[in-house]
Amino acid sequence: MKPFTYERATDTRGAIRAARRSGARYISGGTNLLDLMKLEVERPNHLVDISRLPLRSIEPHGDGGLRIGSQLSNSELAADGQVRARYPLLAQALLSGASGQLRNKASVGGNLLQRTRCPYFYYDGPAGCNKREPGSGCSAIDGFNRGHAILGASDACIATNPSDMAVALSALAAEIEVLGTDERLRRIAIDDFHRLPGDTPHIETALEPGELITAVLLPPPIDGRQLYRKVRDRASYEFALVSVGVVVSVVGGRIRAARVAFGGVAHKPWRSYEAEHSLVDRPATLRTFQEAADAAMANAVGRGDNDFKIELAKRTLCRTLVDAVAMEGRA
Amino acid sequence: MQVALTINGQARQLELDTRTSLLDALREHLHLTGTKKGCDHGQCGACTVLLNGRRINACLTLAVMHDGEDVRTIEGVGTPDELHPLQAAFIARDGFQCGYCTPGQICSAVGMLDEVRAGWPSHVTGDVASSHVELTDEEIRERMSGNLCRCCAYPNIVAAIRDVAAEARP
Repeated sequence: MKPFTYERATDTRGAIRAARRSGARYISGGTNLLDLMKLEVERPNHLVDISRLPLRSIEPHGDGGLRIGSQLSNSELAADGQVRARYPLLAQALLSGASGQLRNKASVGGNLLQRTRCPYFYYDGPAGCNKREPGSGCSAIDGFNRGHAILGASDACIATNPSDMAVALSALAAEIEVLGTDERLRRIAIDDFHRLPGDTPHIETALEPGELITAVLLPPPIDGRQLYRKVRDRASYEFALVSVGVVVSVVGGRIRAARVAFGGVAHKPWRSYEAEHSLVDRPATLRTFQEAADAAMANAVGRGDNDFKIELAKRTLCRTLVDAVAMEGRA
Repeated sequence: MQVALTINGQARQLELDTRTSLLDALREHLHLTGTKKGCDHGQCGACTVLLNGRRINACLTLAVMHDGEDVRTIEGVGTPDELHPLQAAFIARDGFQCGYCTPGQICSAVGMLDEVRAGWPSHVTGDVASSHVELTDEEIRERMSGNLCRCCAYPNIVAAIRDVAAEARP
């Protein structure tokens, strides 16, 4: 690990001032950043510890929503009574990620900023990676790409975003509140927060240098059943091959409203407006779900090892909708 | 940097390089070698300790980040003369072979049972909104998935934890 200096911020303004130093990075839970610093993929020369900032509360927001402090741990958020009762999709997604130990340490803000698990980014030093070393090429495109993106990828990068939480936030239409270096707060819609790789895959979010995530804002949930399903190589403690978060409301056998987001398929949590449009005002049948799945994957591209993900994503969406509608029927 | 930690109830002062993980501070500086280094990347759980009562991976955090905080390691969980019920249950159920993962397994189980008592749901909990957790074997396996055992003593680890959870039930 490269040497670095360390300071602990006690208030948000102090944190953004401290982060103006060249080579400075915020650290909170550290579960991803320190892992990458040990591998010298990340090489900050100054760490600003934000983990004790007073950003740990869950408060009412707007007309029936929630404001979630960015320094809350993943497990505290998943255990919150209001989240479990009104946003079960978010609790389910958080609980499907990592392990009990990691969820206790990892922060909500840090979850949004976790880096891809592409092995060429993470481990394979001599192989090119445009994310690790811009301009060095993408080794995954013609390499081992079983876990890689099928939607929204580019010739420069086919990595996926590993977050489960972000998939739920996408289906719930969350906003991210950030404090800028000008000491002003702004909000970024979750779908604008993570970027597609394009030709700058090393720039992963809409954050400006030094901006600090202060909160996640949830609007009131839309009516309907919420369900998260994650498909992976192990039953637990593993990243998704494909995951799906849905909110679906059925009245008289017809779908009144639907939200669909995928994980494990793209450089960002993938909200599928195509699937949602295809579902609404249609009968809640498997045929409808299959058409929505086809619409969601119409532009999907496999790279060889990951071709199976296209069919897997379709089937995972269908199964999740079948289960969610059955739960809705029992309610 | 100067770091003050409370380790197993005792105040300790350390002078550490900023890069020192909490795990290395425990093992190399305080010579508390019960906490094990397995992967050093948060994948195996051998370094699990209790930070302010919650289980974490000691390898993925910096000691300097925990100035003034409370750490409990396997040395503070029980001693050979006074075993913690989980330690006794691991022996009774033969919940290990080589034993390298065991301190992490036991610290993790201590933290996990507290999480269950607090009503925290897991990935296999049917209804996350329910405040009651029925600690089935499936729940134990899911909640302990952050602790790997390469000897594959899993069935006996689950049995040991099940025994202690059943005793603790009112």
